[in-house]
Formats: sequence, C-alpha cells, structure tokens
Amino acid sequence: MIVLVQFIVGIVFGLGLLLSGMSNPQKVLNFLDLAAIRSGGWDPSLILVMAGAVGVTFAGFRLIFRRQRPLLGDRFQLPPSQTLDWRIATGPAIFGIGWGLAGICPGPAFVDLGYGSPAIILFVVAMMIGMAAARMLANRQHRGSMAMGQSN
Amino acid sequence: MITEYTALTALAGGALIGVAATMLMGLTGRIAGVSGIAARMLPPWDGAVAGRFAFVAGLVVAALVVRVTTGSLPPLTLEAGPIALVAAGLLVGFGAVWGNGCTSGHGVCGIASLSSRSIVATLVFMATAVATTFLVRHVM
Repeated sequence: MIVLVQFIVGIVFGLGLLLSGMSNPQKVLNFLDLAAIRSGGWDPSLILVMAGAVGVTFAGFRLIFRRQRPLLGDRFQLPPSQTLDWRIATGPAIFGIGWGLAGICPGPAFVDLGYGSPAIILFVVAMMIGMAAARMLANRQHRGSMAMGQSN
Repeated sequence: MITEYTALTALAGGALIGVAATMLMGLTGRIAGVSGIAARMLPPWDGAVAGRFAFVAGLVVAALVVRVTTGSLPPLTLEAGPIALVAAGLLVGFGAVWGNGCTSGHGVCGIASLSSRSIVATLVFMATAVATTFLVRHVM
C-alpha cells in the first residue's frame, strides 16, 4: 500500500514539474541568468513555482502536524539536525555549481529520464555516482569522529 | 533561446509539487526531498527502499502520463554538452547529499517548515547557481 502511495506521489510531483516548465533545463537556466534582466529574455517563472510549492506545502504541513502521526506510518521523520554546520554551506554551494552548469536538479533529472534521451541518462548516472561518493565520505567522517569519541 | 514567462502554469505546477510534498508527509511521514530519496536507493538498503524506488519510478512515469493524456510533451532543451552534463551530474549529486538536500528538500519542504538550515542552503545554492550560469553563458 505504502509503495503504491509513493508511486502515485512521485507521479503527482513529476506532473507538477512538467506543468511548471521546470523539467526543461533551458527554462531553469533562463531564470538563473540574471544578466538577462537587463538584456532581455529573463524568465522569472521559477519564482512562481517556488511560491506555489512553498505556499501549499506550508499550509499542508500545518494541517498535517495537528495529527500525532502520518496516516500510513508510525511517526513523522523530520531531519534530526537543526544546527548550522559547515556542510550546510559547502554542500549547497557545490550543488548550485552543478545546477547552474546544466540547469538540472534531481527531481527534473528523473522526470526528464522519462523522455528517453541518452544525454539525461548520462547526467543521472553521474548524479548517482556523486551521491554515492558523498554518502561514503560522510559515513567515513562519521566513523572517524565516533572513533575519536566525539558526538555528531 | 528564450523561454516564455509562464506565470499561471508555473504557479499551478508549483502548487502540484506542494500537493505531492503534503501527500508524502501526511501519508508516510517523509520529506519529499528527491536527492535524499534517490541517494537512499543505493545500498546499504533498509526496509523503506521499495517506496523510494516507487517514488522515483513515479517521477519517470510522469512524462509518459502527460504524453498519453495530452498527446505531446513539454519542450526539453539541453544547453550543456556531454562533458558538462557529467560534471554537472557529479556536482549536483555530491552537493545535494553533502548538504542534506536539494531544491525540493531544502527549497520547498525546508523553507515551508521555516528551517534555518534550509533557508541558508537555498540562498547558497541559488547564489552559486546564478554565478555559474553567468560564467557559462557570458564569460566562457
């Protein structure tokens, strides 16, 4: 049941990306290219996508968190850490360079995979390798800090 | 190439993304962060891995759903060549996992939860993305 739900949620999420135009890397780049505000051709659509998504999620989460637990699960799994560390700056900085380079972030990458283009397959394979590398590095650091008797 | 400013579909598409994020939290109790879900498709696997594959399969199938129902697909134009795509993929994948989230996890769910970490993350990746796009399009 929960697997079917996640499949349907994935489709809804993907439809949102397709409808919003954010599945098109060029549209994303045309937002990120702020120089085009002066020279013409800037596409501010992404701001409205974010506004729509954040607005609905903000309202939706407020309704949901009145309940003690999710409908199909035993607890809400929220990120444990709320402290600002150096990873919360370096990770997004690296992510942004990649995003600005091709205009593709993880959600649209998988949606675009549905177009069957070999170039997107190349991107997704590289992305998964990058993810695996970051996970390995994070695990190694975690073990290292445990060995030194530090928490975190 | 210029893309048209599409205010209405952008807002509606964004709202749909918000509906999906709300559904995932309300039904399964999980954050709709695509990078976190995708990264945990890789081993070591835990009991929730099937759901992650299902979510990502849903993302991939969405284009097919649009094609079957409307008879066409929205445009998809890549500006980056193969080498840039590989570099971009590595950076996006590494950075998203290293920073515990991407545009969906931090940019949508995190900001909607008023998380200070996610607000910082979103400002940082917006800044480096804007700078990179400027370099690629106007300097290189």
